[in-house]
Amino acid sequence: MSDVLNHDWPDATISRIPYWLYTDPEIYRHELDRIFYGPHWSYVGLSAEIPKHGDFKETSIGERSVIMVRDKDGGINVVENHCAHRGVRFCQERFGTAKRLICPYHQWTYDLKGKLIGLPFKRGFEGQGGMPADFDTADHGLNRLRVAEHNGVVFATFSEVAPDLLDYIGPKILKWFERTFDGRELTILGYSRQRIPGNWKLMQENIKDPYHPGLLHTWFVTFGLWRADQTSQMIMDEHGRHAAMVSSRNAGGEGEVTKNVSSFKANMVLNDDRILDVVPEAWWDGPTVVMLTLFPSLIIQQQVNSVSTRQIMPRGPDAFDFVWTHFGFADDTPEMTQRRLRQANLFGPAGFVSADDGEVIEFSQQGFRQDEANATFAELGGRDVADTDHMVTETLIRGMYKYYREVMEL
Amino acid sequence: MTDPALRSELEQLYARYASCLDNGRYEEWPNFFVEDGCYTLIPRENHDRGLPLATMALESRAMMKDRVYGVLNTLFFAPYYQRHIIGPLLIETVGDDIRVEANYVVLRTKRDALSDVFSTGRYLDQIIRTTDGLRFAEKRCIFDSEMVPNSLVYPI
Repeated sequence: MSDVLNHDWPDATISRIPYWLYTDPEIYRHELDRIFYGPHWSYVGLSAEIPKHGDFKETSIGERSVIMVRDKDGGINVVENHCAHRGVRFCQERFGTAKRLICPYHQWTYDLKGKLIGLPFKRGFEGQGGMPADFDTADHGLNRLRVAEHNGVVFATFSEVAPDLLDYIGPKILKWFERTFDGRELTILGYSRQRIPGNWKLMQENIKDPYHPGLLHTWFVTFGLWRADQTSQMIMDEHGRHAAMVSSRNAGGEGEVTKNVSSFKANMVLNDDRILDVVPEAWWDGPTVVMLTLFPSLIIQQQVNSVSTRQIMPRGPDAFDFVWTHFGFADDTPEMTQRRLRQANLFGPAGFVSADDGEVIEFSQQGFRQDEANATFAELGGRDVADTDHMVTETLIRGMYKYYREVMEL
Repeated sequence: MTDPALRSELEQLYARYASCLDNGRYEEWPNFFVEDGCYTLIPRENHDRGLPLATMALESRAMMKDRVYGVLNTLFFAPYYQRHIIGPLLIETVGDDIRVEANYVVLRTKRDALSDVFSTGRYLDQIIRTTDGLRFAEKRCIFDSEMVPNSLVYPI
């Protein structure tokens, strides 16, 4: 029995995950405090989204709205989006450019580092009113988060004790992070936004689950983009919280591994195959698919020529917002940009291989709601947590819950 | 002033388009387009900022047929009805080139659920006259809806 929460995780195992973990408001509140507002780094965006002095982007960490803004020195600041005066969530634009951050209610004005630089009637008016004599603007800035950027990807944390970002990611996962983000200049192709009516952890689990893509996603198995028999590695950081699913596409079509796959469509051919006009890129260095999960809020996708970040923003125990930022590289040819955009038809809220991820997450949540005393079963490949060189395993899900139990003291 | 006969013909086209989708005749949907016609479903955010990423970007009738096949045979999702409400057509013609802008609302009804607003936005379309009648050369569907309510399966 947890001291903190009135719940008992039966059998103290990480391979049987109780349904209440996905539905209980108290657990959810605790997750926000311990995980999203605790000693973890959350993704806030790409440096390329705010290239110039004054450019800003509004996003959120957990449920807290934050602003990522570039100051005149070229540095990136992340401040919490509520005024130090009356708490107003003053930034209502998603993107923009500003010289200063101004709350419209009483025109409290902050510089781009979040420092309060002015407010009306501080000294009163004709000798009347005004702030107390001991009022010091230095005490009334915006809440500034710790910020770390690595090769164009920006993270922030509310925590003073979170380890440095690169230590947080850890060397095993950093290698895969830097495969995509090696410092090259990025170009933003656009955004997709979905609200998925399921618990946020289900999306992390989805991208730590190599069991489902060749089964749920008929598209993948038919065209060999993801099949159980392809060369794969499942890799975790030392805590089990971050993971990489690394794999290489095979020829596709019918074979031993499709025999028991009821969703396989042997006669499925494309009338217009430009959607699968895959051209290998030198930086892949082999694998055609690398899916990274960085705990708690980020997924980094490379699926053949389609690359994106996917950000998880919880909205209560029963929902999360899921934001996709598709990008390319500054040295892409126009043909490569077109190819990335075409392959984007596979991903996002309408994607051939991801619309149904959102749907099954919704159905999972429905299942949890109807019997909260039950538990999921994640014992494919055993009950332990270890890297593997195959994909017939749920080891990455177990890895996350091993870490989760430590953090949550559950 | 748009020729009333053309307006009437266009209104009929949009009514048939809505009827096709709302009654689940998805296999007929690509036939509203010319062979190399384009269908783009894009968030307003991307459209307004000149960002090219679309939610669905189909560049030929063949690609649209693949989409329909994929929806009907490979995607797993909770079934839903669509109901299109299309506003008055704003028509502009230059020679043979016909441009139409029209607002739309799509209501969604899922099994055992109340109907809700699924998507709202506008069409920006280019239409040409073929020997088979009016066809879309380009249909650009720009949705205001900030969040897609989970997934979006059928064309709009």
